[in-house]
Amino acid sequence: MIGDLRAETIHFPGAGGDLVEAYLAQPLDARPTGGVIVVHHMPGYDEGTLEMTRRFAAHGYLAVCPNLYTREAPGADPDDAAAAARAAGGVPDERFIGDAAGAAAYLRALPAANGRVGSIGYCSGGRQSFLAACTVDLDAAVDCYGAFVVGTPPEGFPLQVGPLVDRVGDLRCPLLGLFGGEDSYPSPADTAVLEQALTAAGKPFEFHTYDDAGHAFFATDRPSYRPMAAKDGWQRIWAFFGRHLSA
Amino acid sequence: MCTYQTTNVPVSGSGKGASGWFPVTAATVYFDHPVDAPAGHTLNIDFRNPDRGAAARVAVELDPAGARELAEAILAMLSAAPPALLTEA
Repeated sequence: MIGDLRAETIHFPGAGGDLVEAYLAQPLDARPTGGVIVVHHMPGYDEGTLEMTRRFAAHGYLAVCPNLYTREAPGADPDDAAAAARAAGGVPDERFIGDAAGAAAYLRALPAANGRVGSIGYCSGGRQSFLAACTVDLDAAVDCYGAFVVGTPPEGFPLQVGPLVDRVGDLRCPLLGLFGGEDSYPSPADTAVLEQALTAAGKPFEFHTYDDAGHAFFATDRPSYRPMAAKDGWQRIWAFFGRHLSA
Repeated sequence: MCTYQTTNVPVSGSGKGASGWFPVTAATVYFDHPVDAPAGHTLNIDFRNPDRGAAARVAVELDPAGARELAEAILAMLSAAPPALLTEA
């Protein structure tokens, strides 16, 4: 069911009380519903990610995409902001956690909120969605091909992107993982390690790996786009959030 | 994947951006997803002036083979230049 929606820029208090710019999309239908935090990838708060945010609202969810580069480049074009944030060392995990907690609180305070909130992220945002699921009060989380949940980054990587697999015991909600079989980061071996860790910790999860897809198969504006994998992936997302974000 | 790897190089010179010429003070080099180039990953360089804001930027996204050729051409050109001209700069 594709519904009418309204989308706009808002601000909410994030880490350290800083006001974080964000894109809010919500269904016009005021029935109580769940919220989704959409975590953008390293190229930033871009048109493709905002389009995905609207898609969640069109499917009935309150969706908010925080601009994780608000502090580095307020008001800048998304690509310029991404460049400035990268040059400054990227987004520290602790700051992201504060922003994700702020986004969850903002969603839960909306008039149409049913109190349940999930997260989804792509690429670096996939890793951050997993991190949010370990640290923020969420009801469901989706990791789309996030690198370095498992595995040690090559030498020279910034410290803030260390592996998260040892935090698997802290996972607070069910996890859906969507991966490409041809991806190297994360590789199928990496996702197998994560799968084992989740199983050992007794955490609820569901992983799907698409053999004919690599990294970023959801990105319709990139050559990595794989329509069949993306189509199936979206169905998995609707089913997963349908189960866990309904009141 | 998002590679996260980034090298910042202090430089001095000028670049021509969306609002004309400006003094360039930093170059950021990374191999990661491009914003615009039709490829999964590219060698990206941002020539920037952080003091003038995030928009003071000249960006390129290059295929890896071309980027390597460019880097070698830069080194070759600097090696071939008369030494006195290099020190005068």
